[in-house]
Amino acid sequence: MSSLPIPIPNIRIPRPVHPTGIWSWFTTIDHKRIGILYGITAFFLFLSGGVEATLMRLQLAGPELGIVSAAIYNQLFTMHGTTMIFLAIMPLSAAFFNYLIPLQIGARDVAFPRLNAFSYWTFLGGALMLKLSWIGGATDAGWFGYAPLTSIDQNPGKGIDFWIISLQILGIASLASAFNFIVTIINLRAPGMTWMRLPLFTWMTFITAILLVLAFPVITVALIELTFDRYFGFNFFNVANGGSVVLWQHLFWVFGHPEVYILILPAMGIVSEVLPVFSKKPLFGYATVVLAGAIIAFMGWMVWSHHMFTVGLGPVANTVFTITTMLIAVPTGIKMFNWIGTIWGGSIKLNTPMLFSLGFIAMFLIGGLSGVMHAVSAHDAQQQDTYFVPAHIHYVLFGGAIMAILSGIYYWFPKYSGKMYSEKEGKIHFWLMMIGQNVTFFPMHFVGLDGMPRRIYTYAEGMGWDLWNAVATAGVFILIAGFLVMINNLGRHWRNGPTAPSDPWDGRTLEWSISSPPPEHNFDEIPVVTALDDWWVTKQDSQNRAVPVSGGSGEETHDIHMPQASYWPFVVALGLFVGAYGVVFNDLIFPYLIAGIGLIITFIGVYSWSLEPVNDPE
Amino acid sequence: MATEVNNDTNHDDHEYTTTGLNHRKMLMWAFLGSDCMFFGALIATYLVYQGKSLVGPYPVDVFDIPVTSVSTFVLLMSSMSMVLAYAALTQNKISGFRIWMASTAIMGATFIGFQVYEFSSFSTFHVDIESCNEKIVKHGIFDEYEEELCANAKEDHVETHDGLQPQTNLFGTTFYTLTGFHGAHVTLGIIWILSLLFLSYKKGMITPERHLDVDLAALYWHFVDVVWIVIFTVIYLFGVFPFPGS
Repeated sequence: MSSLPIPIPNIRIPRPVHPTGIWSWFTTIDHKRIGILYGITAFFLFLSGGVEATLMRLQLAGPELGIVSAAIYNQLFTMHGTTMIFLAIMPLSAAFFNYLIPLQIGARDVAFPRLNAFSYWTFLGGALMLKLSWIGGATDAGWFGYAPLTSIDQNPGKGIDFWIISLQILGIASLASAFNFIVTIINLRAPGMTWMRLPLFTWMTFITAILLVLAFPVITVALIELTFDRYFGFNFFNVANGGSVVLWQHLFWVFGHPEVYILILPAMGIVSEVLPVFSKKPLFGYATVVLAGAIIAFMGWMVWSHHMFTVGLGPVANTVFTITTMLIAVPTGIKMFNWIGTIWGGSIKLNTPMLFSLGFIAMFLIGGLSGVMHAVSAHDAQQQDTYFVPAHIHYVLFGGAIMAILSGIYYWFPKYSGKMYSEKEGKIHFWLMMIGQNVTFFPMHFVGLDGMPRRIYTYAEGMGWDLWNAVATAGVFILIAGFLVMINNLGRHWRNGPTAPSDPWDGRTLEWSISSPPPEHNFDEIPVVTALDDWWVTKQDSQNRAVPVSGGSGEETHDIHMPQASYWPFVVALGLFVGAYGVVFNDLIFPYLIAGIGLIITFIGVYSWSLEPVNDPE
Repeated sequence: MATEVNNDTNHDDHEYTTTGLNHRKMLMWAFLGSDCMFFGALIATYLVYQGKSLVGPYPVDVFDIPVTSVSTFVLLMSSMSMVLAYAALTQNKISGFRIWMASTAIMGATFIGFQVYEFSSFSTFHVDIESCNEKIVKHGIFDEYEEELCANAKEDHVETHDGLQPQTNLFGTTFYTLTGFHGAHVTLGIIWILSLLFLSYKKGMITPERHLDVDLAALYWHFVDVVWIVIFTVIYLFGVFPFPGS
């Protein structure tokens, strides 16, 4: 029957075979290398967000300073918020997902290795696009982009367009990654790795991925509506034609509040891994911690309007959202008590990761307490748009998410680098961080309650805000010193630190059962799991306690078929990047010419990818 | 439907999976869950703005339920055709597979054709005296806007309105965005189905052992149909025959 004269093109570009050097990083589909790419990229983006923050703090160090103009200041706080949330914390979490999930569940890679590479390159394209918008004027409407500040009349520059389109690109990357991890965790668990034996970090990743899958389409729709308003004169947020600016707020926060848990749940997962190891105790109430995480994710959908208490939704809405917001503190509190229960009576070793995790508990608690204060809608009316809110968000996201991520960076450093860092310098970093963030962020509570509005580029003398603003700015330099210590410590030791043993912390989960760094195929033999904290149990059960490391022997691996490298994920991501630029600069040469070229590249990439076998016969 | 397929070609990894379910099928379901939220947000926007347009035309002015019913019927039949294509493939009847795939694509394209017709007729909608009288008889609905339009039409004996554009009012904005994105989904599905149809002429690409490739396209196609049922009910039917009191 295959005789119809339809020519099927049989063009096959040879796929990369055993590439080396830089090229190997462009074509890699190894989850560990992608994890490292994510981590290093996101760390640089984190530093760029830090530079933006530093400029803002310098401007606010004293009254009526002129270091940056009001217009630049608006761009700074918008880009700082967007960068830290979408380009720093989310991809730093993604770095851990990538590197650790297959190791923790006993798999050789993720379910879709090429999709994983696609996620990274797409994320990189979106990140570059957003940061490059500083050339010519970045977005300046706040990270939540409230209508009508983003309308074409109010804001005709390209900054908003860059912000919209790059967030769409980042959304595609996040969604692809979330689909991948959902399938990986459901479907690639080693034999015996039942749901209630999953490491906590894997559990929190799973919950986070589900939140991503459900939350991102909402912001996608909101951004599409905004795009149509700006490009084609639609009426979604056009009040003159009956549109409602409050609709934007609803759509944004229906996404935005689950997003908060997308940021914090992986951090909670990291802390739940670190605390038991350095306390030499199992996690207290494992099932409760898992359940609390799931409840937080579920209830995260019922609280979005607490961002809108002063919009005027009415007493019923405000009351309901006050109650749900208060309720969500319950599962969070459960987690807190479980962590404290974990370290209670343990043989505590205060290594750097442990210090950061303990710091997380303390700082996150402070952020949680101010969070409960916002939850009371009447009280919130006093705090809305004051510095009290940045104080809260920095305690939960810097003191919370970033502290936990740093804990994870130190904890798994021996695993991903194969080297040991300097414990002394790590501790110096910790103390600089603890002092620096409290000096920086705690005074914001005072000026906030004293009525200092957020998002103002300067303030008059004699308002009583001078002292605490100067203190906050001074704190930034302590933080900078801390990060310099960290970069020096980790950078130097990654290259020529002492070689790390496979299991330096006497760990509990499977990633510590293989060599540091793990071989490309992770496990010589897929492990068979018999218990929660399987690796710990294995070590306890073995007679002489000298347990052979199962990975990295380099022999007997000839029959393990790893997925082969591929160009196409990079090509598809490139097509999206070109297309995204084409949408912003839609009037070059011919309307939407560049967008069309990007679309064609994407289509070629998608087709070639679909027709490319996972493995070519060698 | 089969839960696990022994894909002995190199297209699918046939390694151990925890649940025994195929990776790609699970990914498809996760994607559809995500897409539900996408359409959910669009439909929510439509409903929030329902009845909030400051000027006409309104749904009752432009919707032609019999016409859209026909295109809805065609789209639903295309789902059945998709089922038959899949069944033919699993029974190794490759010619049947091709016929039913082609018919699915044609019915999908017919639906898109109806949509193009609908969009163009809405955007050139105008009121004249006959339709004014007709509407009174048909729906018994005669609001101030229509009254004004009809009064003008009677006076001038000309078209009095330049149609429903996305920029005209909130109804145009939300209607074209929602149905336009649904149409884009259908178009993507047609491209997918045609790709599979063409691939079936290449040896070894579409075989009963590799029916998952078709299964995934079918899953997507049925989903897009189901979304249309919601849109047709909520937007079209409730738009013309509103609930009492709404």
